[in-house]
Amino acid sequence: MSDLRSLLHGLPGVDKVGVEARAAALGTRSVKTTAKAQAIDLAIRMVDLTTLEGADTPGKVRALSAKALRPDPADPTCPPVGAVCVYPAMVPVAFDVLKGSGVHLASVATAFPSGQAPLDVKLADTRDAVAGGADEIDMVISRGAFLAGDYTKVFDEIVAVKEACGPAHLKVILETGELATYDNVRRASWLAMLAGADFIKTSTGKVPIAATLPVTLVMLEAVRDYRAQTGRQVGVKPAGGIRTTKDAIKYLVLINETVGDDWLSPDWFRFGASSLLNDLLMQRTKLTTGHYAGPDYFTLD
Amino acid sequence: MLEYAPAPESRSVVQIAPSYGLFIDGDFTPGKDVFKTINPASEEVLSEVALGSPEDVDRAVAAARRAFETWSARPGSERAKYLFRIARIIQERSRELAVLESLDNGKPIKESRDVDLPLVAAHFFYYAGWADKLPYAGFGPSPRPLGVAGQVIPWNFPLLMLAWKIAPALAAGNTVVLKPAETTPLSALFFADICRQAELPPGVVNIVTGAGDTGRYLVEHPDVDKVAFTGSTEVGRQIARSVAGTGKRLTLELGGKAANIVFDDAPIDQAVEGIVNGIFFNQGHVCCAGSRLLVQESIAEQLLASLKRRMSTLRVGDPLDKNTDVGAINSAAQLARITELSEIGTEEGAERWSPECSLPDRGFWFAPTIFTGVTQAHRIAREEIFGPVLSVLTFRTPDEAIEKANNTPYGLSAGIWSEKGSRILAVADKLRAGVVWANTFNKFDPTSPFGGYKESGYGREGGRHGLEAYLA
Repeated sequence: MSDLRSLLHGLPGVDKVGVEARAAALGTRSVKTTAKAQAIDLAIRMVDLTTLEGADTPGKVRALSAKALRPDPADPTCPPVGAVCVYPAMVPVAFDVLKGSGVHLASVATAFPSGQAPLDVKLADTRDAVAGGADEIDMVISRGAFLAGDYTKVFDEIVAVKEACGPAHLKVILETGELATYDNVRRASWLAMLAGADFIKTSTGKVPIAATLPVTLVMLEAVRDYRAQTGRQVGVKPAGGIRTTKDAIKYLVLINETVGDDWLSPDWFRFGASSLLNDLLMQRTKLTTGHYAGPDYFTLD
Repeated sequence: MLEYAPAPESRSVVQIAPSYGLFIDGDFTPGKDVFKTINPASEEVLSEVALGSPEDVDRAVAAARRAFETWSARPGSERAKYLFRIARIIQERSRELAVLESLDNGKPIKESRDVDLPLVAAHFFYYAGWADKLPYAGFGPSPRPLGVAGQVIPWNFPLLMLAWKIAPALAAGNTVVLKPAETTPLSALFFADICRQAELPPGVVNIVTGAGDTGRYLVEHPDVDKVAFTGSTEVGRQIARSVAGTGKRLTLELGGKAANIVFDDAPIDQAVEGIVNGIFFNQGHVCCAGSRLLVQESIAEQLLASLKRRMSTLRVGDPLDKNTDVGAINSAAQLARITELSEIGTEEGAERWSPECSLPDRGFWFAPTIFTGVTQAHRIAREEIFGPVLSVLTFRTPDEAIEKANNTPYGLSAGIWSEKGSRILAVADKLRAGVVWANTFNKFDPTSPFGGYKESGYGREGGRHGLEAYLA
């Protein structure tokens, strides 16, 4: 598909210095008091509470899912998170806890995290997860194919996985740390959206460079421009390395001043994170009670 | 909608005295007459300062002359110690000085905090480093200082312009009499206090506040060896006339009407940021502001849509709020000029647009504004507005862009936006402007010389080149 190639290479370039300066400047916004309280609750609702370890067990996943429903047992006003994200094998376990709750169940599929498996294996992986109860699939693109310039292969894989998803939402992980340049991030974002992604996601969390503010800014610009051109809205999910409330708020500021209200919702923006949630809870408690509670006041699952 | 709650920087970090005298020979001495300085965001009176008279200027120049003998005789390494000390004190007091600057000038605290103050300290550090290396600066084996420098600075970057003037002068062994702008005298008076804190010998730095007449006495004073002025081209011309034939050395940094050229292969999102930064930074009170946007016709529509969307997110208001992007216009007089030229823009047929934004009731405010459909024949494309007003012109080819960019009596700065390196270099080569930014705008650094072509002035400030103005 030479059309695809010329489209992707015809996108405006991204100036590295400029995009990093813009992200850093937005990072200095001061979000305090009522705005902070509003931001924290929104961020909690946007968390994809994640465990993706070889050591995951049904016990661990059940505990995590319980926490997703009631992140702060001491405070019933605390909202549930957006979703739980687990490996396909753990989907049925999480489903048992989450079903009917409104908390989504996401599963990484398609030979996560490397994506280095034959297509039929990836599709089977996807169908299994959906059959087990996952309503969101986080797939990885073949970075190898992308970097080799084989955009058609990446495109076709996304289309096939999207089909295998059925009604489940498809999040496409670009693994931006391996794409290395912002130009590549913009192209991969468009490629994924054109192929049918419902969400574009930065990272697996399994390579050293995960989500960053400038990468997320480039992706937000991509979904903004894509909607302006096609009318279809696509969500964004930074994942990996977002650990503090301060970080999370910077991302919300980025949405607020790049794409605006329409994306300030868990339907259109998620944080792929695990330790972030406890920091959000700690800051939330601080805002309501006026003092910090020790880490033992927050559950560890 | 994520509404940011008010996030005001604390005013209590700065103590402004009810009145200030003139800083002459290491002491504050009261002036005969006084004038008030106000906060342009609220019109509240901040303090009363002395209106320097001819006798005051005489005393200041005499003090600088006396101090010159010993100051210039000190080894460069000794002068450097004072400059390093001043730089460190500025860093230590930067929060206080940033709040003060925002109060007296109207600029947003995020700019005084993140741009002005770091650059002020950096200039002193940079020239402190030169003080003992002057024989290696390329101006001969034993360059000598000129003597007493009379320096007149503008109101747009009060403390930064002071640093640009004082740091190289002192490093080279000169002594100075500096007159800050009438509407923004306070940070220079705080700097006087820093000089005392650093135990700078009396008379090396003298600060004489006042209005235009005070500045004129200073530059026309017979015992001044060097005049340095930053401000309007009109006043620059008067100074050049009065200094002509006197043997005084002169540097002028005057107005500008910079072209910010966006080619169709530009990184669009960053170019939009650069356009916004180019014209709305410091409310457009920037001599090198990118006040003429030259955009390639093939992308004009798309770029303007992006620019308007981006402008709608600009936060105009309280300069002390940490989330404010655009602060107050510095004075009623400046607001009147911006308003007048904008009205002329409309009368001449350009299309005016501003985002919806509510402006405070008190103080001097002007919404970020762009004019489209502007041609070279419009006054808003030729005259310096010195406010948050952008004139948008289009071009078809690189040659036309260069021609239009150069078709101005000014020549201070320019910007080029393109992903094509060869085009950037080729175009930059043909632009008659002292500074050309590529894929960025309004970036400053003490190591980089800054100054103009044509009616934007002569001489360079900053970098090794900046020393030349203070050495013989």
